[in-house]
Amino acid sequence: MNRAARNGGRTAIAALLGVVLFVLLWEGYKLVGSPDGTVLFGVRILPRADDLSMPHLYDVVRRLGRPELAGGRPVWIVVLHACAFTLGITAVGFAVGALVGLLLAVLMQRFRIVERGLLPYVILSQTVPLVALAPLVAGWSGNLSFGPYPWQDWMTVSLIAAYLAFFPVAVGMLRGLQSPPAAGVELMRSYAAGWWRTLIKLRFPAALPYLFPALRLAGAAAVVGAVVGEISTGTRGGIGRLIIEYSREATSDPAKVYTAMLGAAILGLLVAGFVGLLELPLMRHRRRVEVVTL
Amino acid sequence: MSHRVDAAAPGPERTSPVRAAVSVDGVTKVFNPGRPDQVRALSNVDLTVAEGQFVTLIGPSGCGKSTLLRLIADLISPTMGTITVAGQPAAKARLRQEYGIAFQQSGLFEWRTVLRNVELPLELRGMSRADRKARAEEMLALVGLPDFADHYPAQLSGGMQQRVAIARALAVSPPLLLMDEPFGALDEMTRERLQTELLQICAQTATTTVFVTHSISEAVFLSNRVVVMSPRPGRITASIDVDLPTRDDAARQSPAFFDAITAVRRALRAAPAVAP
Repeated sequence: MNRAARNGGRTAIAALLGVVLFVLLWEGYKLVGSPDGTVLFGVRILPRADDLSMPHLYDVVRRLGRPELAGGRPVWIVVLHACAFTLGITAVGFAVGALVGLLLAVLMQRFRIVERGLLPYVILSQTVPLVALAPLVAGWSGNLSFGPYPWQDWMTVSLIAAYLAFFPVAVGMLRGLQSPPAAGVELMRSYAAGWWRTLIKLRFPAALPYLFPALRLAGAAAVVGAVVGEISTGTRGGIGRLIIEYSREATSDPAKVYTAMLGAAILGLLVAGFVGLLELPLMRHRRRVEVVTL
Repeated sequence: MSHRVDAAAPGPERTSPVRAAVSVDGVTKVFNPGRPDQVRALSNVDLTVAEGQFVTLIGPSGCGKSTLLRLIADLISPTMGTITVAGQPAAKARLRQEYGIAFQQSGLFEWRTVLRNVELPLELRGMSRADRKARAEEMLALVGLPDFADHYPAQLSGGMQQRVAIARALAVSPPLLLMDEPFGALDEMTRERLQTELLQICAQTATTTVFVTHSISEAVFLSNRVVVMSPRPGRITASIDVDLPTRDDAARQSPAFFDAITAVRRALRAAPAVAP
């Protein structure tokens, strides 16, 4: 308990230091960088540091408190609402993607032939550009319905998020399921345990150290998929739409677009935090490692 | 169940009044048959282990001693011949968990505590939670680790991990214990201590043991009988009965101990000469 509290405190301090460092870098560059950027042999190697390209961070924070449009709601409320909307889509996409990834990994572990046949396509699936895929998915799913519930636009976006999220889980989990040494597998065989019990008692727990990094990647991919999916399908109400809307005003109100980006970043942090929470109770044995020598 | 056989009768034990715990008849094992990397690991091997006996398989690497142990455990199946364990085919004996097994790597599950590792075979047998906890605690006391039930394997030294593995192998009170160089990765002092402990445990539980090692002194100290094997193809070249008056640290200094070591060493040296 004491140690956990100390670790928690240390993490909080590290996170705070990260924010401070970012602020220092941003404002420091604005201080010394050329407002027109640095161009070398016709190639811009450093970005513009003027207020239009890089607004002061306190301007961004101040912008959060002011109304979106004259007389409208304050920006921070709008951003928060958009975050909540996209978080829902991301969560569904993440859950579906992780589940599909897990199933594929188990299937590939169970049947060698599936691994050989499927794995190349799993990898190939990620080379298809997302922007090309989104309208296709929207087109296919337009006529679908689950009984009385017709297909919703947000489901298309979730599907795109899932499409990105399943990949790291499938690959990482397959690696994890294959990780137990021969001695462990033989031991289970000596206990007359079949494939299913070996999966539950040996392969799944052994795969956890591989699963969690994969889930982190999947979480980040689901956020990207949801944001890009919203933009390319034209779904309203989410943070992706907000980024597009606000960037139209970038020349007149440069701080505004950064508020939307801040929202997207918070979304990513939330998902990463969620995976971290999942990991906490399942990886307990990894923390206390002081070898007793007797 | 049965007392330890002091000195196994020379020659085939099939005539012995004691029932055979393990019987290997004309077993040949070929890996990757019909392929360029085909290996003849064992050739026409016969072996009988009487109940309560401690038999050691010894030989240079590649002589097929581990293969023979894995065949008895039905982790692999023979190309030719039959294997009987506790009066039934090896496959059936495995399904009925008639043996416990320990490898050179302890193979403990790092995400389970020591206690839960020992409980694993009981869990798979469907024993109730309270029963298996009591049984696992009893086993940990037997191997001298009653205070480490809640530790994780990574927190234990190699010798302690190996003791946990032995406790796990014995948890279901199997009539037969199969051990594949379980002390191979340990230092000499720990090794000798565990050998003494193992003998006490085997005597206490009247377990038949088949033990694989490449250490001559280990083989002699532990066994009623040392089976010497030679490689390419793996086969049994000698079977030496060992009759030590006691099995304690004094026995390690006794003339009988050194005589047996000499006999085993001779058999190991002689082995290549009889190769075809």
